[in-house]
Amino acid sequence: MTITELMPFSVLVPLIASLVCALLPGRFWPWAVTLAAAIASAIIAALTLPAAAQTTLSYAFGNWPPPIGIEYRVDAANAFVALLVAGMAAITLPWAKKSVDKEVPERQGTFYALFLLALAGLLGITLSGDAFNIFVFLEISSLATYGLIAYGSDRRALLASFRYLIMGTVGATFLLIGIGFLYVMTGTLNLHDLSERLPEVRDTSTVRAALAFIIVGMGLKLAMLPLHLWLPNAYTYAPSFVTVFLAGTATKVALYVMLRFVFTVFAPDWSFVVLPLSTVLMILGVAGMFAGSWVAMFQPNIKRMLAYSSVAQVGYMVLGVSLVSVVGLTAAFLHLFNHALMKAALFMAVGTVIYQVGSARIEQFRGLGRTMPWTLTAFALAGLSIIGVPLTAGFISKWYLIQAALDQGQWVLVALILITSLMAIIYIWRVIEAAWFKQREPDQQAVGEAPLTLLIPTWVLVALNFYFGIDTRLTVGGATAAAEALLSGGLLP
Amino acid sequence: MSMLPQLAPFTVVLIPFVGAALIALAGAHRGLREGLSWVSSILFFLAVMGLLGAFLAGETISQSVWEIMPGLTIAFRLEPVGMLFAAMSSTLWVLATPYAIGYMNAKGYANLGRFFACYAIALGAAAGIALADNLFTLFVFYEILSVSTYPLVAHTGDGKAKQGARTYLALLLATSIGLMLPAMIWVWTATGTLDFADGGILAGQVSPTAGAVLLVLFMYGTGKAALMPFHRWLPAAMVAPTPVSALLHAVAVVKAGVFVVLKIALYVFGLDYLRELVTSDVMLYIAAFTMLAASLVAIRQDNLKARLAYSTVSQLAYIVVGALLAVQLAAIGGGMHMLMHGFGKITLFFCAGAIYVASGKTQISELDGLGRRMPLTFAAFFIGALCVIGLPPTGGIWSKWHLVAGAHDAGHTMIMAAFMLSTLLNIGYLLPPVVRAFLKPLPEGEKSGFAEAPWMCVIPLLLTALGTLVLFFMAQSAFDLLGGLFGLATNPGSVANP
Repeated sequence: MTITELMPFSVLVPLIASLVCALLPGRFWPWAVTLAAAIASAIIAALTLPAAAQTTLSYAFGNWPPPIGIEYRVDAANAFVALLVAGMAAITLPWAKKSVDKEVPERQGTFYALFLLALAGLLGITLSGDAFNIFVFLEISSLATYGLIAYGSDRRALLASFRYLIMGTVGATFLLIGIGFLYVMTGTLNLHDLSERLPEVRDTSTVRAALAFIIVGMGLKLAMLPLHLWLPNAYTYAPSFVTVFLAGTATKVALYVMLRFVFTVFAPDWSFVVLPLSTVLMILGVAGMFAGSWVAMFQPNIKRMLAYSSVAQVGYMVLGVSLVSVVGLTAAFLHLFNHALMKAALFMAVGTVIYQVGSARIEQFRGLGRTMPWTLTAFALAGLSIIGVPLTAGFISKWYLIQAALDQGQWVLVALILITSLMAIIYIWRVIEAAWFKQREPDQQAVGEAPLTLLIPTWVLVALNFYFGIDTRLTVGGATAAAEALLSGGLLP
Repeated sequence: MSMLPQLAPFTVVLIPFVGAALIALAGAHRGLREGLSWVSSILFFLAVMGLLGAFLAGETISQSVWEIMPGLTIAFRLEPVGMLFAAMSSTLWVLATPYAIGYMNAKGYANLGRFFACYAIALGAAAGIALADNLFTLFVFYEILSVSTYPLVAHTGDGKAKQGARTYLALLLATSIGLMLPAMIWVWTATGTLDFADGGILAGQVSPTAGAVLLVLFMYGTGKAALMPFHRWLPAAMVAPTPVSALLHAVAVVKAGVFVVLKIALYVFGLDYLRELVTSDVMLYIAAFTMLAASLVAIRQDNLKARLAYSTVSQLAYIVVGALLAVQLAAIGGGMHMLMHGFGKITLFFCAGAIYVASGKTQISELDGLGRRMPLTFAAFFIGALCVIGLPPTGGIWSKWHLVAGAHDAGHTMIMAAFMLSTLLNIGYLLPPVVRAFLKPLPEGEKSGFAEAPWMCVIPLLLTALGTLVLFFMAQSAFDLLGGLFGLATNPGSVANP
């Protein structure tokens, strides 16, 4: 079996496993099957990346030759994102067991089935080379995600889920309209084919409208300011594990889709000219960085604080894209990867606190530095990464982002990036101060350290934050290859 | 040639870090914790001396540890200023260890495992800064130093300590991330390298305006050098227990700051290029202003530690001035002042702590007649004060000598005048405590009689005071070591075996 034939299985394995999962009773087997499927996916994705970096892989489903049939077309860009998604699922699942047992005590079979559907959907979006197929997988993952969020124990989770459903559907519809326009103009849905046929018809308002629809639609799924309104509530009220997984993957995949359309389907020398895309993305990115960090500094709920921080971090990625250079795109891809690591670690640490204390409000963190030193130290270290301290993964992505801004002489951007980093210090610091410098109130329950099954995966992610801050061969290499693939129109053979 | 084993630079830097990990594990076990503090400080001292021996013998020692990003490495290399800084901080750590143990136990502080672990990490970070071969490595250890000293400043954990520590960390992080980091990335984008090189890397690579802006970014980005208006953290950090103020805020942290300034002046800009920049005179006069203004503030402080803190701000500015004069003698003078002021100021802080331990007094107005009860401490205070002022028979005279001579070389008469004026101010704020202690009678109702602090506190301060006297006679070695920068060593043979 060649790697090209193996590659589609990273989508198929979770898809099939989800059917099995839905039928499994109890608490152990659904989780075990999910874990096995996620690990299998991750291994396949890990094998795919080096091969895809060499040459573009193409797999025709049902042996229908593209562009007639559905094609999976994988270059460095989507292999990189696929590895991130599958890898995050595999790493966070060992942590999930305890947390999910507590927060979702019943019907775990369905829960994990939905999770696998979301995973399969995200991987499908990433790997597929067919525009309509991307839409279908987007809906699969989105619908599964709405369900997952609604599993949150707080009743407000239902409202958050419903709100996300409405906004997410609007986003997906925009994408579908955009794809429809493209189909009307070219008669094809295959991305590679589209990129070849579009130049003939691209000076029409239909194609320009298609680009705008796709960007707005994906901007919604990406939580780009001001389309981020669904995200804070969804992240806050979803079960901890769902938040961990979504924070690490869902917005990243949406960003990938946006990049794929803007850069390979439409070619950057057209899409950045026909629309003032660079300016718009830059303004929205910077606004997201600021607004997200600013609001995060005042959130009493730490999960919500991290959610707003995610809005800010998405801003960094969008800013990297807006610079339209190899370094800028590399920064965006690096941050896409590194932010997944840091935010997942942070959400896991907070999830561990929720497991022990039952709440993520800042008052509940008081004095925890003494009683839960391992959990809170993990939080602090992952916080260093989000601030961008040297030797952490966050530093690497900020380094590239600043370098990209400097390359274009954008001084103001450098200052803005640094100011928002300082704002990150403030919001991370609030937690550290509560945990280490405040005493627990007498009426607050005393808690001990969390179980090892929660601590070990959290620390593995924290360690990865430092590992990828020191050994950057995989991340910088992968991100550079991804950026080059996109800028050179990577779908071309 | 030294008899000591010569380790790789990175191994030397790791010694305090490993020590810190073991001390943290030993935690509440007092004997083990203190034993480990001793062992790591002495091992570190011996290792640095091993490096120094090899360095003086003329070996070129460099080590590239790890490449983080293409072209961006963690690397170490021995060079004169760094060697001097490493030798000084390792020597003073050995002396500060008994003092810290004596002081912290005498005052009954808690959480000493954390305290001594962070203390060791700070020293390791200082060593990393000293031996760094490029800006990136230096920046990494600079940040480790900022963060690792935070728990030390906030050690007592009360509101005032937290407030002071917050100011401390906020200013240091804000300047380093907000100014130094972009400056560093700018240098990297412009030149493609961050390695320290003799004669600098910037000349001819960036426009004069860019060079001028970079200088301002670097000077203010090095918040630890406490150039006004970013000096607030130093007085704020005085809430820390005295051993922290002594070793870190008189020696390791602030010296790391001025060391970075020297290093950037010498190896990033290069003295010749530095002279051409339009902002170098502006920064020079800001540093001179800091020197005088901080002295004036110091005179008005009644709290002994606060006075010493402002004195430190002023003395650091001497070194920055030395770097910015951009002539060889002044740079050497700046390097020597790093050493001399280190010994002098640690003596003064040790004394301030010893006074507090023995009598509970913190204000200068309370010191009347105390010299009779604590003759040794005040004698040492007097010697330390002489060193900081720059009078014989202490080492302080030599550094100021070279600084003034350098100002003359550079043709900056105003700066020479500022040096002189500042020396007068130094006398004005450092000698009154001694005068009060020895010449005024004890207040009514206080019993006279010999009452020194515990020996663990007194012996280190006597040794550092003695050190300032020894440096008066040994200053030539330091000059030769630094003179090696410019091929000025008068008699290289004489320093081969210190």
